[in-house]
Amino acid sequence: MSVRAPGGRRSVDRPATASDGPPAEASSTVTLWLSDGWIVTRRNLTKLKRSPDMLVFAVLQPIMFVLLFSQIYGGSIQVAGSDYTQYLMAGIFAQTVIFGSTFSGSAMAQDLKDGIIDRFRTLPMSSSAVLIGRTNSDLVLNTLSVVIMMGTGFLVGWRVTTDAGSALAGIVLLLLFSYAFSWVMALLGMSVRSPEVINNATFIILFPLTFISNAFVQPQTLPGPLETFANWNPVSALVQAVRELFGNTGSVPVPDAWPMQNALPTVLVGVVVLLVVFVPLCIRKFASISSR
Amino acid sequence: MAIIEAEGLQKTYSSKSGPVHALDSMDLTVPQGTVKALLGPNGAGKTTVVKILTTLIRPTAGTARVDGIDVVGDPGAVRRIIGVSGQYSAVDENLTGFENLDMVGRLYHLSAAASRRRARELIDQFELTEAGNRPVKGFSGGMRRRIDLAGALVIKPKILFLDEPTTGLDPRSRISLWGIIKDLVRDGTTLLLTTQYLEEADQLSDDIVVIDGGRAIAEGTSDELKAQIGGHRAVVSVVDPADASVARDILGRHGEGDPVADDDGRSIEVAVSDGPRALQLILADLGEAGIDLHDAGMRRPSLDDVFLRLTGRSADDAAVAADPGGSRNGRTSAAGTETAA
Repeated sequence: MSVRAPGGRRSVDRPATASDGPPAEASSTVTLWLSDGWIVTRRNLTKLKRSPDMLVFAVLQPIMFVLLFSQIYGGSIQVAGSDYTQYLMAGIFAQTVIFGSTFSGSAMAQDLKDGIIDRFRTLPMSSSAVLIGRTNSDLVLNTLSVVIMMGTGFLVGWRVTTDAGSALAGIVLLLLFSYAFSWVMALLGMSVRSPEVINNATFIILFPLTFISNAFVQPQTLPGPLETFANWNPVSALVQAVRELFGNTGSVPVPDAWPMQNALPTVLVGVVVLLVVFVPLCIRKFASISSR
Repeated sequence: MAIIEAEGLQKTYSSKSGPVHALDSMDLTVPQGTVKALLGPNGAGKTTVVKILTTLIRPTAGTARVDGIDVVGDPGAVRRIIGVSGQYSAVDENLTGFENLDMVGRLYHLSAAASRRRARELIDQFELTEAGNRPVKGFSGGMRRRIDLAGALVIKPKILFLDEPTTGLDPRSRISLWGIIKDLVRDGTTLLLTTQYLEEADQLSDDIVVIDGGRAIAEGTSDELKAQIGGHRAVVSVVDPADASVARDILGRHGEGDPVADDDGRSIEVAVSDGPRALQLILADLGEAGIDLHDAGMRRPSLDDVFLRLTGRSADDAAVAADPGGSRNGRTSAAGTETAA
């Protein structure tokens, strides 16, 4: 964000256009940026609150995932060195928040289709505010889903065996990753022709990404190339790091691959890389999109 | 002083079947405090002009200034002084009318209190009380358009852009919206309006630019254009098709140019310059000739008449020509296809 002189350039010599009071005076570009971002976030959250079907889905899906995987696969999948429910939960958490961030993509596509983006783009608001608002509100949704999953996990016997600080760090890590991933999905959402495309893309990209990982099985059990993929898959690093922070690793051997041995730094670097690449791409894309 | 000046605007999109020229060297000048209408069929390039002037898209070539500000060079400054309402009603369905307007106010950077006050003012002014406190979802098209239009007026913009403000509305909502727009421009707001309806351009604007294939093909006041296309039209419909040729001669005698018959040959019309007087003479002669009529009357020229006269083809054909794929032709779906086509 470039910081410009307070008040904006034109507001001084064009006061006649704003009828009711001048534009918020003496506020720097940064303040306006924060305020614009907050206004769009609030709009998205209000929208969510008023769409009960979506909210129910957002609440039920995490519960369903936790119960389905732990109760159905728990009996038949064995992980040497850990109880499967303990092993599984970090995988479910990671998968669910990653899928949750796809909402950023479909919602951008929907807003574009509805012409709301056109409205925003003709307003003198910060050019990144819509994207900030989008990713923020999806972060709220993902936070809700992590809380729900942890509660459900607790009911089926999952436990954090480390301390509160590590547990909190695990939650923050999940949310950081999902936040960074929201920007990837937002770019996708602005690049497709209809919201439906996003859902298809989600299946094609995210199912392999989350399943060919250590989320549900040990990579060692996978055939050669898939094992390598799983060990270097960023989702695996996320799951491994969260497992460590929650103390759910038991005595399961950690694969030799570097990202698995250094899961936490790998995830942190990954988050930074995603943000550094996709935030500017999103902002640039946003400056040229318009409904068709 | 011209508050909107555009020169040589071009917009080219790439498509599977080669480049599509949405705009092909378009010039436009709108003096301050006046209302200009861009009149043309789907795909003529009207929306593209509006999108360029409102900073939504960049022209491939050419320059445009709004209140002296280059739309490409400083879009942020342009956005501070314009209000835009598009053909899609860009209101958020899950927000109430009030929340929609308040959000727009805050994003124009009014203070929280000023924004709320302005939203309430607009709710009253546009008679939106009913939609004020309930989500927009479920309200009629006319109500949504009013909220969208109100959104464009949150800051009392220097220049207002309305892109097909009444497309898809029923006649009653259309007339009500016209009333609102007329009140606005009476206060001296500069308005650039796009429309497919000659009557709308006629009702609302000082000056009309007829646009086709991405270029202005005629410009003038409504009267000037009508003079060019023959003003009103007298229409009669005969009971017995055998009378048609005699009726045709009579219409030809009092009208300007050749009378035109419709497909079944019973309904015949001709452009007339002196309106009701010509119709009286036609009816008198038809009566003398003993010809029975189903119907007779005057008709305003339509966009189709303008097009037929100016381009030699109908507006519908022009819309098809502008979108050769035809896949998104808007004649059946009112949801417009103007944009890229």
